[in-house]
Amino acid sequence: MYELSDDQQAIVEMVRSFATTALAPHAAEWDEEKHFPVDVLADAGELGMGGIYVREEFGGSGMSRTDAVLIFEELAAADPSIAAYISIHNMVAWMIDAHGNDEQRAAWLPGLTAMTELGSYCLTEPGVGSDAGALTTRAVLDGDHYVINGTKQFISGAGSSAWYVVMARTADTGSHGISAIVVPADTPGLSFGANEKKMGWRAQPTRQVVFENVRIPVANRLGEEGDGFMIAMKGLNGGRVNIGACSLGGGRAALEKSVAYLKERQAFGGPLIKQQHLLFEIADMDTELETARTMLLRAADALERGAPDTVKLCAMAKRVATDAGFHVANQALQLHGGYGYLSEYGLEKIVRDLRVHQILEGSNEIMRLIVGRLAIED
Amino acid sequence: MKIAVLIKQVPDTADERTLDPETGWLNRDAGDNIVDEINERALEVALQVKDKDKSTEIVVLAMGPDEASKAIRKALSMGADSGVHVLDDSLAGADAVRTAAVLAAALKGIGADVIVAGNESTDGRGGVVPAMVAEHLGLPLVGALSVIELSGGKVSGERQGEAGTLTVSAVLPAVVTVTERTAEARFPNFKGILTAKRKPVNTVSVADLGVQDPAARAVLVAHSPRPARVAGKKILDDGTAGTLLADYLIENRLV
Repeated sequence: MYELSDDQQAIVEMVRSFATTALAPHAAEWDEEKHFPVDVLADAGELGMGGIYVREEFGGSGMSRTDAVLIFEELAAADPSIAAYISIHNMVAWMIDAHGNDEQRAAWLPGLTAMTELGSYCLTEPGVGSDAGALTTRAVLDGDHYVINGTKQFISGAGSSAWYVVMARTADTGSHGISAIVVPADTPGLSFGANEKKMGWRAQPTRQVVFENVRIPVANRLGEEGDGFMIAMKGLNGGRVNIGACSLGGGRAALEKSVAYLKERQAFGGPLIKQQHLLFEIADMDTELETARTMLLRAADALERGAPDTVKLCAMAKRVATDAGFHVANQALQLHGGYGYLSEYGLEKIVRDLRVHQILEGSNEIMRLIVGRLAIED
Repeated sequence: MKIAVLIKQVPDTADERTLDPETGWLNRDAGDNIVDEINERALEVALQVKDKDKSTEIVVLAMGPDEASKAIRKALSMGADSGVHVLDDSLAGADAVRTAAVLAAALKGIGADVIVAGNESTDGRGGVVPAMVAEHLGLPLVGALSVIELSGGKVSGERQGEAGTLTVSAVLPAVVTVTERTAEARFPNFKGILTAKRKPVNTVSVADLGVQDPAARAVLVAHSPRPARVAGKKILDDGTAGTLLADYLIENRLV
């Protein structure tokens, strides 16, 4: 399970080359300019990153969840913001592949897997976050169409994406009354809020998505009416592992920068790395990241096999990896002293980008709720 | 069109490259061994032909130890169709003359319409093997192209020199070499990586190729490590720095 195959080594090598040439040199500028590099995403799509674990029939790469962990770690080591968007896009593509019918897959997957068309996942609402089962966006049946009204909040890629997988209420039966509906960008009545000003993740847009009498054919619904919450939660299992891998990659980059800096920086008569307490700090950071990597690979393996403890392991891995990534990045900033606080050194961006990973794809408090409830289950 | 691309596994230029003090041969364990970047550009030329015409067949040919199969695999993952690996212990330390004879023998078996190679490798930097191969095969050499067009049964392109740019062409079959000014090589995509293992690689020995005279003709007499860098000369400006600087440059024939 932990030794990479020849293919996986080749995959890691390729993604690392791509990330260091196509992402890393531009990451700071994209962050500062709030530039969403859709052309680079299309390049990533050409390499197979638009549907990593989507089946091959409609353009997916047909790879495993473990492969995805390796890929997102490498992408995030160059730019967590772009890596994380690609993770969300993959979640959307997978939801269509796993829960769509053949007509839907044939219609939507070729563009999504090529990343010439982007996807957004619309679950959260202005007044509904962790308690997702209480969402209020409504889809009312009218002939062979749904009429959707409501607002979605914090939607990654909104305004740039071609396809929006929207969780909307089709019945007043709590989480069982939610359906997943695919909404094309050009539908009348669909509009977007302003690009949110954020602490991090600035290279990808985050906007409200507003639905005013948006008419969508019933044929755009994924699965049956009422399946939406189940589809949304299943998507999030993979989303959690992937976002954890993005934290791991960002944390690794911060650790590598710290090792290089402590070896070079002279103080108290020698390089800082000669100070044993700083060496211990490096040891702790490395150990935290390796722990996260181990958990992520185990959760990815469970997800791949459909193991009974998948939900628990994905929640644990998400919490461990996103906490580890942020902590390591924050420590790396501290180890760089005043330089860590300067944008030029790249540390403060990693800290800003990784902070939100503890909040989204289910906050880390929700991860503890999931793990805790499963632990006391009879 | 059938295109043969010559590839060589070389030490990564990002690592320290050393020679074995006993044999004077390349120390292959000193760092990562990768496909020479200039060969990836040669392959890119072939792949761009294939992008336009799917019937194009690309065969990559490498001579080298066991590990060179990784370089072939990388080329297959980028989009080449098959590989030929000349693997023979008797070839260890082969010089350019020997290498060219072996590659030419292998190329006779491949029967390509055009042979594309890098103009020189980043390790040996001899830059003579493609010309020797062309000589063995009785083919024209169209060398050091910075712009290349392969179509309609001919190769044409541009070669840049100090005095100007030559526009050259030849009717195929021919041996063509490219410089680092040609297009940067593509990344292999996931599908390419995952299907590379299923593509055929024909491993052949010197005996299979029927090449005579196994000995290398070049003999290494001596070698020494690169001298450590010494501190540069510092000129303190007491009003005469300009003159001192000019004197230094003239004295060391730097102008």
